Amino acid sequence: MITVENNNYQELTGTALKVREHIIRMSTDGGCFTGASLSAVDLIVYLYSRFLNIKKDNLDDPNRDYLFLSKGHDVPALYGTFAELGLLEKERLKNHLLLNDHIYWHPNTKIPGIEFHSGSLGHLPSVAIGVAMDLKISGGTNKVVCILGDGELNEGTCWEAMLVANAYKLDNLLFVVDRNHFQANMRTEDLIPLEPLADKFEAFGAAVKRINGHSFAELDEAFGAFPFHDGKLNVIIADTLRGKGLPSIQERADRWFCNFNADEIQQLLLELHGEHQTTLTSETLVVR
Amino acid sequence: MSYEELLTQTALANEQVIVMTAENRALVRNLPGILGKRFIDTGITEQTMIGAAAGLALRGRTPVVHALAAFLTMRAFEFVRTDVGIANLPVKLSSFIPGFLSDGNGPTHQAIEDISIMRGIPNVTVFAPADEDDLVKMLPQIWESKNPAYTRINTRKTAYVHEPFTIGKAEVIAEGSDVTILTYGLLFEQALIAVEILKSEGLSVGLINMRSLKPVDEQAILKASAQSKLVVTLEDHFLTGGLYTIVAEVLLKHRTTANVLPMALNEKWFRPTLLPSVLEHEGFTGKQIAEKILGYQTTHNQPQILTPEFSE
Repeated sequence: MITVENNNYQELTGTALKVREHIIRMSTDGGCFTGASLSAVDLIVYLYSRFLNIKKDNLDDPNRDYLFLSKGHDVPALYGTFAELGLLEKERLKNHLLLNDHIYWHPNTKIPGIEFHSGSLGHLPSVAIGVAMDLKISGGTNKVVCILGDGELNEGTCWEAMLVANAYKLDNLLFVVDRNHFQANMRTEDLIPLEPLADKFEAFGAAVKRINGHSFAELDEAFGAFPFHDGKLNVIIADTLRGKGLPSIQERADRWFCNFNADEIQQLLLELHGEHQTTLTSETLVVR
Repeated sequence: MSYEELLTQTALANEQVIVMTAENRALVRNLPGILGKRFIDTGITEQTMIGAAAGLALRGRTPVVHALAAFLTMRAFEFVRTDVGIANLPVKLSSFIPGFLSDGNGPTHQAIEDISIMRGIPNVTVFAPADEDDLVKMLPQIWESKNPAYTRINTRKTAYVHEPFTIGKAEVIAEGSDVTILTYGLLFEQALIAVEILKSEGLSVGLINMRSLKPVDEQAILKASAQSKLVVTLEDHFLTGGLYTIVAEVLLKHRTTANVLPMALNEKWFRPTLLPSVLEHEGFTGKQIAEKILGYQTTHNQPQILTPEFSE
């Protein structure tokens, strides 16, 4: 259950709840990355509602801000957010995985508002760097945000990109890590340990903030301080929970990708609102 | 005009051009001072350079990127395919020391599968100029096109003056009824020598500088196959996936066949040594090419082959 922190964030909390409903509804008939994307909901809702200058009518404006979703499998949270904020017709979410639309497991640019396709991890830090470099050359003041997964940080190109971002003093660029402490099949610290993560980023020259990625107040404070330091790459480590909002799948290694049956979907929608404890009967699914 | 002069002129005329390198500065030594912020050296990070080039292209820029051929095509392959190819962005890949031009470096640096893997990416166009004159005649069109492009950079000087370039068109140097040599890149120079030897041995010989390998000039291939008793594909590339394969694909597509002699590296890397010795050892001097086609030794002389200076 999402805690309402104070009145300032009621609207965001309400939006995030609806986005989680969308994700649950997409977690059937083939399924989606339910556990993975639930961790990023509050972060993505916050970014599009409060931080980024990205609206339905400025998607082609060269002065818009940029969001690159390098953790491509967080895309159900993006679809849900777009639907709630009017960038995508809600009806289209019913087309998930169907041939009549382009709503599938990873982001693609046929969905207005998605800047670049992703899915292969460790790519968009460098693409975001290219955009940030252009803005430095042309004098644009746009913000460039790139959302990374924590498992994704296994990819060497994330660190290579940080070396380059540091060399070119890209303080218009912000890497946000959806730190849900899991990679596909297990806890990050049980496979490829990342901690002390903030120290690693700082050693690469970044200015780092670490926050609770489910607290709108903390998100507000951290993003409100952007840019953090003149001439430094900005990094926010948002500590999150895989499966946030659904106790029956929260922080479970086997609930990265979920394909529920219709009965489970109905139970999970009730569970999301704190009115039920779901009994999951369908097989747990670990893809990869 | 040199490659660097052409790039300088192009970048000064067009503010959208960005010159990038993964610390391969041999071709762009003077550009940092001339272009300022429009010169970007990402260090030894071919993958990050390609991703960043895609990002710059998203903002309307035309990045011309430089790296050694082997690392540009193979270390960064998935970035080229995924970030440049899928998005069909006008990123221009300038690959340094491709094919035999990596001479003394060894197999780590040998890009002799580059044509094969780059042409396998949808949207990516592929070019291989015969020499510096060909290079500077080809690049303006390649850089102006909206497609991603891979170009084997070849700055060797020859005495040959090439025809103007059109994307998708080969340069027919000569037509012949006995044999036609199809080639690209630095072996063009040796093919010219081979043609002279073959002619003096009484053969009617054709020669085609393929130049544009994707899109390829299908009509030139079909015409040569129809009018010559023998077609030779000559390339500093693995036998798999290069010109021999392209010719096979074209002939099959048009439901025809030909007597084709492939001269390429068959399932092997070449022996690392200076370029003249590479050609000699691997059997790719003009004289060796001619004698392989003739099937006998001749008394013709092989002109001296210039050794390129080391540069990376």
